[in-house]
Amino acid sequence: MIKHQLVIVGGGLAGLRAAVEAKGAGIDVAILSQVHPGRSHSGAAQGGINAALANNPEGHDDTPQKHAFDTVKGSDYLADQDAVLQMTSDAPDTIFEMEHWGCPFSRYDDGRIAQRPFGGAGYPRTCYGADKTGHYLLHTLVEQAYRRQVAMYIEQFVTSLIMVDGECRGVVAYDMIRGGFEAYVADAVIIATGGAGRTYSNTTNAIISTGYGAAMAYHAGVALKDMEFVQFHPTGLYTTNILMTEGCRGEGAYLVNDLGERFMSRYAPKVMELAPRDITARSIWTEILEGRGIGGKDFVYLDLRHLGEQKIAERLPGVRDLSIHFEGVDPVHDPVPIVPSQHYTMGGIDTDMNGLTAVPGLYAAGECACVSVHGANRLGGNSLLETIVFGRRAGRAVVEYLSGADARTAPDAGAHEALAAVQGRVDRLARADAAEDAYDIRAEMVDTMKLNFGIFREARQMQEGVDKLLALKERLPRIGLRHTGGAFNLDMIRTIELEGMLDVAIATAVGAFKRTESRGSHARTDYPNRDDTRWLEHTLALYRPDGPPELQSAPVALGMFEPQERKY
Amino acid sequence: MSEARFRIKRFDPAADAAPRYETYVVPYENSLTVLEGLFSVQERQDGSLAFRYCCRAAVCGSCAMYINGRYRLACQTNVAQLPAGDVTVEPMPHLPLVKDLVCDMTDFFAKYEYIKPWLIRDEADDPECEIPQSPKARRKLDMPIDCILCGCCYSSCPSVWGEENYLGPAALLKAYRFEVDSRDDARRARLPEFDNERGVYRCHTITNCVEACPKELNPTDGIQWLKGAAVRRRLFGRRK
Repeated sequence: MIKHQLVIVGGGLAGLRAAVEAKGAGIDVAILSQVHPGRSHSGAAQGGINAALANNPEGHDDTPQKHAFDTVKGSDYLADQDAVLQMTSDAPDTIFEMEHWGCPFSRYDDGRIAQRPFGGAGYPRTCYGADKTGHYLLHTLVEQAYRRQVAMYIEQFVTSLIMVDGECRGVVAYDMIRGGFEAYVADAVIIATGGAGRTYSNTTNAIISTGYGAAMAYHAGVALKDMEFVQFHPTGLYTTNILMTEGCRGEGAYLVNDLGERFMSRYAPKVMELAPRDITARSIWTEILEGRGIGGKDFVYLDLRHLGEQKIAERLPGVRDLSIHFEGVDPVHDPVPIVPSQHYTMGGIDTDMNGLTAVPGLYAAGECACVSVHGANRLGGNSLLETIVFGRRAGRAVVEYLSGADARTAPDAGAHEALAAVQGRVDRLARADAAEDAYDIRAEMVDTMKLNFGIFREARQMQEGVDKLLALKERLPRIGLRHTGGAFNLDMIRTIELEGMLDVAIATAVGAFKRTESRGSHARTDYPNRDDTRWLEHTLALYRPDGPPELQSAPVALGMFEPQERKY
Repeated sequence: MSEARFRIKRFDPAADAAPRYETYVVPYENSLTVLEGLFSVQERQDGSLAFRYCCRAAVCGSCAMYINGRYRLACQTNVAQLPAGDVTVEPMPHLPLVKDLVCDMTDFFAKYEYIKPWLIRDEADDPECEIPQSPKARRKLDMPIDCILCGCCYSSCPSVWGEENYLGPAALLKAYRFEVDSRDDARRARLPEFDNERGVYRCHTITNCVEACPKELNPTDGIQWLKGAAVRRRLFGRRK
């Protein structure tokens, strides 16, 4: 048994920033991560991070209030406006802090941080380091964690939470290097495990972005909020769904259909390719559905050629490499085939502005959490911002939580029970005759999510999807392990993961089916309009072991910006 | 439907007496990366296969392996690039092994930590806004900041094979990344960490690291720059 005051699950930007904050305040903090923190999915973010620095001459009068307005409008008015303003107000300091820690942002001639235009933003406010901003931010925070000697337990797959009398008091993890399970007892836990992109077959997300961390909180009684809002990024590579940053369009790239038209003129004539992601993804999909995909197929072109080799080399070297290596296309010479791809989980673990959940001692931050600052559609450049702002806030909140009480030590009994429960679960999986195949179930789940809960949705198709997912859940008790070895047992990890993924997928599906309106990323052909009278509210899904979740609702924090029709 | 023949080096030090090669035939449509092939084997043929994975987009550095005798990222390697019907996958050589294709990276990251891989400066003087940096000064960082810490260079370096304490190309490239940063003011805090028998003088410019790097970086160049900085410090007491 290992003891720390604070255990953070996940070593991406949110988890690292929380760790640095707590460690700085003298808290004994440990990060547990399935991969080395420097390999976290935060590092795949490309285009940038938003803050109203007003460095770009065209954005000289930008303010956090304007950033907040764009974010709320982008969210289709579902974001909590107080939380949004908190994030946009914290943003400039957050950027400067990362810069002071060494983050290599791109610069203007006067030495200030460069900013580029991004979708749905009234001003060019996206700070960037070429098209590798996530990688640079991630490595900067990894470095700061090493500098502060944050304890890192690397390649530990956290399987469950330790709950004692309704409070969270640690986690149980599978040690991938040595094999076996270990209890990590703590006074507080922050979950920072990222999104659930891998519940879809067509995602830009890393293979470890399963949503399992959110599922742990869900199983412990915390609601998942607004899971039906799933972002499709307009430009994933056609063959692999690997991300081509919005920064391409920020730098001036075109979207082109089979007729050679810049079709965005039909959908967002003022801002063209820089419409928010939900609108742009729907526009592309409409072109494809109406037969104007390239050669009648299900992709269109992202055309960067007119930017020229020099600008591409300077601003977009990463996407050029990705296009060449993964699509066999050099964007300097040829247009890149792209297709909208699942990209971001707007919903997540229901938290307040400080990352606190309904369970004492349990916090969440980053993509796995839902504060909510993204509402029904996240703006590009706001996710990196969210991870760092709310990672820091969660870290601070835990510091306060722990300073209030005397040193708390969880009763060992809770840890033994949790450890025994995990061991029991694995033993059962090992003994099962595996009448059902876990990988078949996974494959059916991800295809169902793609086909039945995609960019456009409607009742019959979603009902069919919900039924399929619930049927998969009924098959789940009959899966078993094929391999029971100790170290690096991927079969066990992926089997355990599946149980969490399926519950997160079901929460997404049921929420989508129930919401009879179109808002942000949730676009229903049978209910094409936003319905503020009935649906200007958050969805809360509460876990029920033997069926679909119980759905409740929660009010949206309004007050600053009156909901209006969203036009670009 | 096409087929690729994967010949994978298997070894579980906890259970096996010696390494062995096993062959798996992997069916696929259109295209197949080596990483996708490994998943296919793990899911459909042999649940005990161990390998690292994460981003599958060549940015996280997890899946560095030795594929058909070359250092590569499994996710970035399409079987179509390899000779038909032959995909030989081995763990990165010269590193301790956890299992199958998973190397023990403990020493690699200990050496990374050893060179103080963070910006060192007197933070009391920091402005409230950004520390200015000219585009020209920023361009000096372009090469080393793209390192994904995959370990290919480290595994490929004969000086690492011969001297277990040698910091190796990745850690030294990281030291270079900070030493050339106009904002870094390490003065003498970091230099002594590589101006010694563990550090830059063990690099004999064999340049295996340059050839091995899947991100096409040049650690050797960075190390030669550090040698110059170290010598100048010794001769003139200057830092840069």
